[in-house]
Amino acid sequence: MNKQIIFIIVLFLTIAVFTYTARRVYLLFKLTKPFPVGDWWKRVVLTFKVVLAQTKIFRFPAIGLVHAITFWGFIVIALGSFEMIIDGVFGTERFFSFTGKLYDLVMALGDLFAWLILFAMIIFLTRRLFLKIKRFQGVEMKPISKIDANIALTIILILMISLIGMNISYVNMNAGNYLGVYTVSKLVAPYFTGDSHSLHLVYETSWWIHILLIFIFANILPYSKHFHVFMSAPNVFLSRLEPLGYLPNMENVMKEVKLMMEPDATFDETEEDTPERFGVLDAEDVTWKNYLDSLACTQCGRCTSVCPANITGKLLSPRKVMVDLRSRMKEKGSKLIKDSNYSDGKSLIRNYITEEELWACTTCNACAQECPININHPTLIMDMRRYLVMEEAAAPAMLNTIFTNIENNGAPWQFSPEDRMLWAKDLAMNKK
Amino acid sequence: MEENKIKLTVPIMADLFAKNEKPEYLFWVGCAGAFDDRYKKVSRAFAKILAYLNVSYACLGQEETCTGDPARRAGNEMLFQMQAMTNIETFKMYDIKKIITICPHCYNIFKNEYPDLGGQYEVIHHTQFLNDLISKGKLKFDLDLLKDKKITYHDPCYLGRANEEYDAPRNILKAIPSVNIEMKRNRSSALCCGAGGAQMFKEAEKGDKEIYMERTEEVIETGADIVATACPFCMTMLTDGLKYKDKEEDLKNYDIAELVAMELDL
Repeated sequence: MNKQIIFIIVLFLTIAVFTYTARRVYLLFKLTKPFPVGDWWKRVVLTFKVVLAQTKIFRFPAIGLVHAITFWGFIVIALGSFEMIIDGVFGTERFFSFTGKLYDLVMALGDLFAWLILFAMIIFLTRRLFLKIKRFQGVEMKPISKIDANIALTIILILMISLIGMNISYVNMNAGNYLGVYTVSKLVAPYFTGDSHSLHLVYETSWWIHILLIFIFANILPYSKHFHVFMSAPNVFLSRLEPLGYLPNMENVMKEVKLMMEPDATFDETEEDTPERFGVLDAEDVTWKNYLDSLACTQCGRCTSVCPANITGKLLSPRKVMVDLRSRMKEKGSKLIKDSNYSDGKSLIRNYITEEELWACTTCNACAQECPININHPTLIMDMRRYLVMEEAAAPAMLNTIFTNIENNGAPWQFSPEDRMLWAKDLAMNKK
Repeated sequence: MEENKIKLTVPIMADLFAKNEKPEYLFWVGCAGAFDDRYKKVSRAFAKILAYLNVSYACLGQEETCTGDPARRAGNEMLFQMQAMTNIETFKMYDIKKIITICPHCYNIFKNEYPDLGGQYEVIHHTQFLNDLISKGKLKFDLDLLKDKKITYHDPCYLGRANEEYDAPRNILKAIPSVNIEMKRNRSSALCCGAGGAQMFKEAEKGDKEIYMERTEEVIETGADIVATACPFCMTMLTDGLKYKDKEEDLKNYDIAELVAMELDL
């Protein structure tokens, strides 16, 4: 009974803190601009492919497999965690065991995955702590990113150890007469026998460590780069469905252009509200999808590792664009929530992302193609260029020249339209 | 004019219109196809192929104007939209429904971005057009002019990743008797030539290497005799790279259309 009361209090606290966090994130999202979504069925299919089948993570096959195992394991083990919460609240024992064979299957898979994830965490931690992997370096990889990663990996490691501890002591406690199947732990169990009192103690301790750590983990995640765990699936589900080459149209520019080209065109002037800023200068100018991208990013750096500008030593790093947006939103957004006129004289462009970075992008879309969770960096980069050019006329001089050329003679180079067919002069081909 | 040659006149939309004729396709040459000395040769090669295949087409000639792509990618949405609306008006005037283009940037913007401004067309990249005819058996290669040549193909970003067209150019190369090899980074993992997003028209930002050099080295690594491209900007960048590497003698850069024209001996 005492266990139940303590559990309910802890669960209540967990939910309370989580609700506070969720509300804060919601308020930050409210600061952002619209991003239309539709085609829900296509999104379901996409989510099955990219999230459940992990198709994009497998573009790096070896380490991709380690991630996929961890991900699939999480799903199975989460079912067990859900059961633990029910058991904790209602004082039941292995509530779902009534499902019989299905229960055996889920428990067997859960146990197998616990061991696999244990090894996966050792691989991940070894890579981060002892191998110098280029993808994990970069100016945007501040010490906090590294600490974040190591904390998350260590928590998952302890989660798996405690789960395995539960399974082994449970098998030993009930010698042959227990609920569920524990494939791997059963094989190991004979090496960890003891008297029933200590076995019970190990079981209870592992149970509490496991569930408390899940509660703590869930509440740390939204403040770390591992918010990824919650945000990736929604991010994929809500990702752009257009071809990567598509750049969204600016409706607010269209009106001005139409007025310019057809002076007689009339528009409903009643819609006119405060003049909107063209493009993105600061965190509140981005769409909610851009912000979701930045929250879902776990800084794996696959984008940057394939960026032609970054590979050849330029400042641009697509990962940094995401990291910067998230930090800027944290810095400014949390103030904007309280005071909608708040300004600190800083902005995402320049204080976080330099013009040099923005102009280095070739829009090749390698970053977006590589991102395992369909983050789209180039559209955000383009929106910042749009701000620089349309609000500040701050394009590099050579680009201003092509603007002039296009305006004057309809080509980026200074050639007359009259010469457009010169290429076809004296054209002849062999008789066939 | 030599004895064995036929003089070709490229049909112009306005001329046909005056005669009350309506061609099936608009051949959109693009600014590079019209003004870049190297890419003019690609326009010529493709026009020859169109003539050889008796395709009903016309060009806009003086009425063609930039799609607005470099302006849009450089952030000048206003200029892009003005260009786009001008073009959409021209297309409307000639009732144009099908556009063939020899530039992936023009292809992408017509196909994906003009619809937002009210311009809906069937847009075909020249490699798709040729591949289609090959698969229908209407275009065959009976000569063996490129038989011993090792050809590698560089994926233009705006054809490949941007529009997931990786196969059409490769199928054409497969149809031409030749040895096809791949670079280390190919298809969706291909490395950009460095010219997209209006980079073509400006100096690169400070770094320790030019992007086109990185790609050129990868081309050279394959040991190919020919690097095939399907984009005017990739053409410029790789040609420059090969020149800097002093490889222009033994490693040639051709557009797929040029290879087709070559193999057909046009």
